[in-house]
Amino acid sequence: MADRPRIRWHILVFLAPAVLVYSAVMIFPLFNTLRLALYTEVERERVFVGLENFRTLFFDPVWAEQFWNALGNNFWFFLIHMAVQNPIGIALAALLSHKRLRFAALYRSAIFIPTILSFVIVGFAWKLILSPIWGIAPSMLDAVGLKSLFAPWLGREGSALTTLALVSVWQFVGIPMMLIYAALLSIPEEILEAGEVDGITGTAAFWKIKLPLILPSIGIISILTFVGNFNAFDLIYAAQGALAGPDFATDILGTFMYRTFFGFQLQLGDPHMGSAIAGAMFAIILVGVCLYLFGIQTRMRRYQL
Amino acid sequence: MNKARSKPVNALAMHGALILYTLIALFPVFIILINSFKSRRAIFREPMALPDAESFSLIGYQTVLKQGDFLLYFQNSMIVTVGSLFFILLFGAMAAYALSEYRFRGNTLMALYLALGIMIPIRIGTVAILEMMVATGLVNTLWALILVYTAQGLPLAVFILSEFMRQVSDDLKNAGRIDGLSEYTIFFRLVLPLVRPAMATVAVFNMIPIWNDLWFPLILAPAEETKTLTLGSQVFIGQFVTDWNAVLSALSMAILPVLVLYVIFSRQLIRGITSGAVK
Repeated sequence: MADRPRIRWHILVFLAPAVLVYSAVMIFPLFNTLRLALYTEVERERVFVGLENFRTLFFDPVWAEQFWNALGNNFWFFLIHMAVQNPIGIALAALLSHKRLRFAALYRSAIFIPTILSFVIVGFAWKLILSPIWGIAPSMLDAVGLKSLFAPWLGREGSALTTLALVSVWQFVGIPMMLIYAALLSIPEEILEAGEVDGITGTAAFWKIKLPLILPSIGIISILTFVGNFNAFDLIYAAQGALAGPDFATDILGTFMYRTFFGFQLQLGDPHMGSAIAGAMFAIILVGVCLYLFGIQTRMRRYQL
Repeated sequence: MNKARSKPVNALAMHGALILYTLIALFPVFIILINSFKSRRAIFREPMALPDAESFSLIGYQTVLKQGDFLLYFQNSMIVTVGSLFFILLFGAMAAYALSEYRFRGNTLMALYLALGIMIPIRIGTVAILEMMVATGLVNTLWALILVYTAQGLPLAVFILSEFMRQVSDDLKNAGRIDGLSEYTIFFRLVLPLVRPAMATVAVFNMIPIWNDLWFPLILAPAEETKTLTLGSQVFIGQFVTDWNAVLSALSMAILPVLVLYVIFSRQLIRGITSGAVK
């Protein structure tokens, strides 16, 4: 009786609910979506067409134009986050982690507030503020003598995407700030003191000691930003609608997929093309995550603290 | 000497930079809130002024309460958020316990499988999720949302909680076993209370994205009776675009619950992030 290892049922009971829900609602649909991308609908019948949908997506004049436009916009969206959000986040964290800074907790909590607001609130609030009808933005610029700079940024093709990216930066700067702040606090005092003995203080200490030590956290932030940006949707949808106007200037992969899959106005919804776009998004995110895991993370020097 | 003199200037510059950024962060929220209490004329004439006796008006809030069913939306958001958190924590903790406590074949593989979802957004599978919800008749129910958010939250929950459960002392659990407690009792009575701080961290991490999500309510539960607050305010504002009082009031009403939650949980949230729970 005791010879054979008996099944430890409790392990199964503990694991089952999580594994079932996760498999059924996340993993299975993920693969099912990738499978659906290989089908199309002909006279209400689902027909297997192989990679035909992807060919349409990448090369058909009508689809390809939209797809590459959305992809290009998405990369620009991501670049703005990397170039603006993360440096500001790091700078704020560096200021906040300064010893003997008063009110640090207060600043930290206040700066994090936009991050907790929903995209709907953020999108509309900025839409109102930037609206030429209301005139908050122009009158503020007027106050500093820069009124001539004002333009209806959200309504212009050339500036709408950048404006929205900056709004998104405004919203999410709290996340890199917090993560870098945590990383900076975990740097042992002795290291900084050793630097001080060698005459490295202030800004030099930041660039020469702290920054190399927080590089792993910067890597994590970059990949989080990447994944977040390439499945972004809500802010664009809340501010510009599913058509991502003006003239698709703010269209990114998330809004493109929504429009394709759900249909909008005269365009009928097409779940199979929607799946194909989802497949492309999946591939992009996978490539990004793999690049990070195998290319960056393993090569990054980790200092034993 | 030189060093001593530069210190106050430095501190001043630091406070200046931080105050400037705090203003940038809070200004839009502030503008929305103050203007929601003003009459239409005052909104346009003096957008930056605080509401005073003359410009004070609640007309926007009246429209919102009359036209939109915000109480219902709020209730839906509450049910979805609390329900999802409950399942994320319960199922997540159970799975985390199984993975951290017992050695069995496939343990590492199972941990890796569950960790996959940390990096891959669940939105990619939306087409098939909708198809499944339609097939099971769950579309336009709050259950659809609860299931999706539970699945979305589990990977990170299992990851964080199993880290913490490894730290629970073996002696305690073994003492329980010697006393004849079942594995279930050990988990629920001994281990769960000890990892409560980690559970709170997981809850706070998941709460805000679930509450704020627009994508899944829009796709899985757009019916009037199942609208969440986020979707409800999005639709309402879309319909009342030209009624500035109503839009500003609806925005303020959407901001308020999150702000209250934040004030209650901000310490937990910030401690959670800074304690390296997401390393």
